[in-house]
Amino acid sequence: MRALVLSLLMGLALLAGPAVAGDLSPAIPKAQGACVDEPQAMRRHHFDFLKHQRDDTLRSGIRGARHSLKECVSCHAGKGADGKPVPVNAEGQFCQSCHAYAAVSIDCFTCHATVPEKGPKTAGVTPGVTQ
Amino acid sequence: MTETSRREVLKGAAGAVALAPGLTLIAAPADARAPGMPATPANRWGLLIDTRKCDAGCTACVDACKTEMGLTGHHRPLTDAQYLRKVNVKDPASGKAHSVPVMCQHCAKPPCVDVCPTGASMKRADGIVLVDRHICIGCRYCMMACPYKARSFAHEEQTNQREANPRGKGCVEACTLCAHRVDAGQSPACVEACAAAGHAAMLFGDLNDPGSELARRVAAEASTRIRADLGVEPAVRYQGI
Ligand code: HEC
Ligand code: HEC
Ligand code: HEC
Repeated sequence: MRALVLSLLMGLALLAGPAVAGDLSPAIPKAQGACVDEPQAMRRHHFDFLKHQRDDTLRSGIRGARHSLKECVSCHAGKGADGKPVPVNAEGQFCQSCHAYAAVSIDCFTCHATVPEKGPKTAGVTPGVTQ
Repeated sequence: MTETSRREVLKGAAGAVALAPGLTLIAAPADARAPGMPATPANRWGLLIDTRKCDAGCTACVDACKTEMGLTGHHRPLTDAQYLRKVNVKDPASGKAHSVPVMCQHCAKPPCVDVCPTGASMKRADGIVLVDRHICIGCRYCMMACPYKARSFAHEEQTNQREANPRGKGCVEACTLCAHRVDAGQSPACVEACAAAGHAAMLFGDLNDPGSELARRVAAEASTRIRADLGVEPAVRYQGI
């Protein structure tokens, strides 16, 4: 089942491009810069990365690591019309849009901050290459 | 600002105020751990609190803790989360009163860890005692076991959490000795606030580093631990009580 959902999602992602009318794939807001891993790998493994990271950080005290949830939020939280960051788990936002489509519910954001405290991170962004 | 440059600024600031005694406590106690490196038993973080310098009316440490950790209350003093509280005590024989800031004592032999059924209560390699809220089931055995009444339980759904302190309904929580700041080479928020308020009653440092001000003072001056008789070996020491 997991493999099925994922391959379906990834198939859709490959077809992606600007959503065609009638396209049922989720509209996932785009972030700037480059992800911490290949987007392909992130789609397939982000939950494993995150669950691994949380033990490394909380239990072993490893900071500044690659798959930090804070960092996901700092890049993937969008900005509203007022320029304020929008919670990353709000309807239509990055984490939520895809999870709603795949019928996944996560509890992470009952505790974790949903907007970045610093301005969004844009590691390695060439200005203008926003997708 | 990068971590390094922030540290340089801190060091610079500490140097600048070194002339005013006590204020050097703001100095970064140690360097930030390099990204990707785990906490190690080489460090044993601790506090030395001089209650003679602590003003009963001052709540700078408590307020700073609430701000740092994003603790919002519901005007229910009995159940609102508090990681740090001021306990005002009086010796009935002499009448001498003390105000004692009490937080998680980061015991070497933490009873909360002993009783936890899931392994959520845990001691990090550097001695910081934490709740791994990812696996906390909210049973609150640890709250019962803690001799210092240091832990709180989140009874309500939470919003506007601080990035550094994710917290939510149904989990136990407590002072983390500001692990997120310590990992970045800073002092806990309470210690910084106490110094900024001009009291400098709290000293943070590494008990395992014989060169640290904390270790030197603990070795040279009389200090005590609350309920030392229990043998849980807290990392928080007090003077003046
Ligand atoms: C430095 C900024 C940055 C960070 C940090 C970051 N991402 Fe990304 N992420 C991106 C960019 C840019 C893309 C590719 C463009 C896009 O599709 O949004 C992307 C793509 C993705 C995708 C694929 C999206 C799709 O359209 O299919 C997933 C899933 C993802 N990221 C999850 C995460 C997670 C989980 C984290 C935290 C562990 C994270 N990202 C951290 C910038 C970032
Ligand atoms: C009950 C509260 C709670 C919930 C729910 C929760 N976390 Fe956490 N999480 C924490 C706490 C507390 C920390 C420690 C924060 C620190 O020390 O910086 C943490 C730290 C982390 C970290 C390391 C810090 C960072 O931002 O990279 C990751 C990764 C993480 N959690 C992932 C998750 C994921 C994924 C979920 C959902 C499956 C989740 N957490 C759900 C409380 C929670
Ligand atoms: C490209 C689509 C997509 C995006 C974007 C996405 N996710 Fe996921 N996520 C999934 C899918 C699909 C699953 C379910 C995988 C499974 O169960 O095998 C999942 C599962 C998870 C899980 C594990 C849930 C569980 O019950 O174990 C976590 C945690 C998670 N995602 C966190 C995030 C976070 C945080 C973000 C935003 C930074 C995010 N995801 C963005 C598709 C996505």
